Amino acid sequence: MKILVAAKRVIDPDARIKLLPNGSGVDTQSVEYKVNPFCENAIEEALALKEEHDAEVVIVSIGPDDVTPTIRSGLAMGADRGIRVETEDAALDSDLAARILVAVAKHEGDVDIILLGKQAVDGDNNQVGQLVAEYMGLPQACFASEVSVSGTTVTVTREVDGGLETLSMPLPAVITADLRLNEPRYASLPGIMKAKRKPIDELSLADLGITDTALKVELVRLEEPPARTAGVMVESVDQLMDKLVNVAKVL
Amino acid sequence: MARILVIADHQDGDLKKSTLQTLTLARELAARTGGGFDIAVIGQGVGAIANKLTTYGAGRVLVVDDAKYAHYLAETTSKAAAALAKQTDASFVLSSTGTTGKDMLPRVAAILGQGMVADCVGLAGEGATLLYKRPMYAGNIIATVKVNTPGAVISVRGSEFAAAEPSGGASPVEAATVDGGTAKASFVKFDGVKSERPELTEADIVVSGGRGLKDGDNFFAVMEPLADALGAAIGASRAAVDSGFCPNDFQVGQTGKVVAPKLYIAVAISGAIQHLAGMKNSKCIVAINKDAEAPIFQVADYGLVGDAFKLVPELAEKARAARS
Repeated sequence: MKILVAAKRVIDPDARIKLLPNGSGVDTQSVEYKVNPFCENAIEEALALKEEHDAEVVIVSIGPDDVTPTIRSGLAMGADRGIRVETEDAALDSDLAARILVAVAKHEGDVDIILLGKQAVDGDNNQVGQLVAEYMGLPQACFASEVSVSGTTVTVTREVDGGLETLSMPLPAVITADLRLNEPRYASLPGIMKAKRKPIDELSLADLGITDTALKVELVRLEEPPARTAGVMVESVDQLMDKLVNVAKVL
Repeated sequence: MARILVIADHQDGDLKKSTLQTLTLARELAARTGGGFDIAVIGQGVGAIANKLTTYGAGRVLVVDDAKYAHYLAETTSKAAAALAKQTDASFVLSSTGTTGKDMLPRVAAILGQGMVADCVGLAGEGATLLYKRPMYAGNIIATVKVNTPGAVISVRGSEFAAAEPSGGASPVEAATVDGGTAKASFVKFDGVKSERPELTEADIVVSGGRGLKDGDNFFAVMEPLADALGAAIGASRAAVDSGFCPNDFQVGQTGKVVAPKLYIAVAISGAIQHLAGMKNSKCIVAINKDAEAPIFQVADYGLVGDAFKLVPELAEKARAARS
C-alpha cells in the first residue's frame, strides 16, 4: 500500500499574526514555522496504517526550500521519503495546490490513500482534499476521526454536524484528518538522525506537466477585525441579571 | 445578469437556519450582479422543506428527490448540484458552511471550473468589481479576496448574516431531473447526538463550559440546569472536550464550531485564541471565571469573577424566574 500525505508549514498557530503595513500580506520576518496541526494528524494516521498494513508513506510539500524542514519532520516521525514541489507561497491557491497534488499522485502511480489535514490553520480554506478527490474521480472522507483499512476497503468515521457519520469506500480514496483522529507522535532522536538520510525528491511544476498556473482566487488585502472592547465587571449574579435584562436586553 | 443557485442545507427533514442566512447573502449578491437566485433542495422526501422556501423571492425552488440522496454523499450531491447550476445557468453557487457545505462545495467548484470562496462573511468592492471577505488565521485576520473565474462557489458563514425574512410571492416548486452519477463511497451509519436543546450553531443563546468544571459529571451538573433555564445550546472549550468532559460535537472554536448567538455565556473558560475565534462575534458575551486575569474577560461585555459551582446555579435559578 502506498500513502501520499500532504504537509504544509504554517506560521506558529500560537503566535500573534502581524500584517505588513500596507495590508498586502502577513509579515513573515522572524516568524517561526510549524507543521500545520491537521497535517500532523494526517502524517500520524499514515504511520499508524503503515505499522498495521506495511505501507510506504510519502510526504509531499509544496513551496520554496524552507518547506524542506516540514518534510524532514514527517520523515523523522517515520515516513519513508519526501517530495518537494518548487513554488512560491504567494503563487498558490487551494485549486492550484490541489492540481499539483493530483499531478504528484499521478507521477507516483499506485497511490492507495491520499491523506491531508482538513484545513491549514493559516488560510483556513478547507478545500484541497475535496478538490483532489473530484479532480481524480475518487471518493472522499473528510473530517475523519477514525480510519480503518481492511483489504481494499477503508471505513472512516467523520465528525459532522449533529454527530458522527461512518462511510465505507474502496481504495484509492482521499481522507482529510480532523483533530481528534489521533495524537501525533514525537520524533525520536534516532528517527531524526535517520530522517537526514531519507530521500527528498525535488520536482518543478514543469516536471509535473503543470503549465496553467493561473490562480482562481487571489488575496487583495488583509486586515485585522475590529477589536472587541472589554465590557464591565459585575459584582454579583443579581447585577449580571440586571444588565442582561435591562441593558443588553437579551433575556 | 448572473444567476445564483443556493443549495439548501437541511438535516433530519428540517431546514437549517443557516439556509435562511445564506439567502441573505444571495439577495445581496443578486442586487450587486443584477440577477436573481434559485434554490435547490437535494435529498429524499424533501418536498416539505422545499415548500418552506417559496416565499423568499427565489425564481424557482428546484427539488431533486431521490432515494439515492437519502444519505448525503459528497460525490453524488456535488455532481447533482453542479448539474443544477448548469441547468439554471447559474454562475454563482452558494451554500452554508456546515459540514455538508464544506464537504461538497469544493467538488462543485472543481466540476464547474470556478474559484471557491470559503467561509464568506460579506461582499466588498464597488460596481462591477466584486470582492469577498473571509476569515483567515482562526479569524484573527479578515482577508478580502478576488475570484478570477466568471462566477464563484461560495460557502457562507451563516452566523455573520441575519436569517432572511420572507419577501412574499410564491416561487414555483419544480421537480428537477439531474444525473448525480454513482458514488463509490457508501453510507454505513450515523450516530446522532440526540438532544432536546437547539443545535449549537443555530441557537439564540449558548452556554459553554471549560476545563475549570473539573470533570464530565460536574460539567453537565453545572451546565444543564443553566441551559434548561435559558433554552440554550451547550458548548465547550477544546480543553473540556480534550479532557473528555463532553462529546467532540460540543466544541466551540476555530477547530470546532463557530457560533454568534445573541447571548454567549462562558463558564470556567480561560479564553484561548482558538476558542475566542469561535464565539467572539456573539452579540453579548458573559464570562464567569474564578481567575480575574483570564483572557476571556477582555472580550466579555459582562464579567463576573467567582466560583462557577456557586454562581452558575444561582444564575440558572434567577434566569428561570425572570423568564417564567
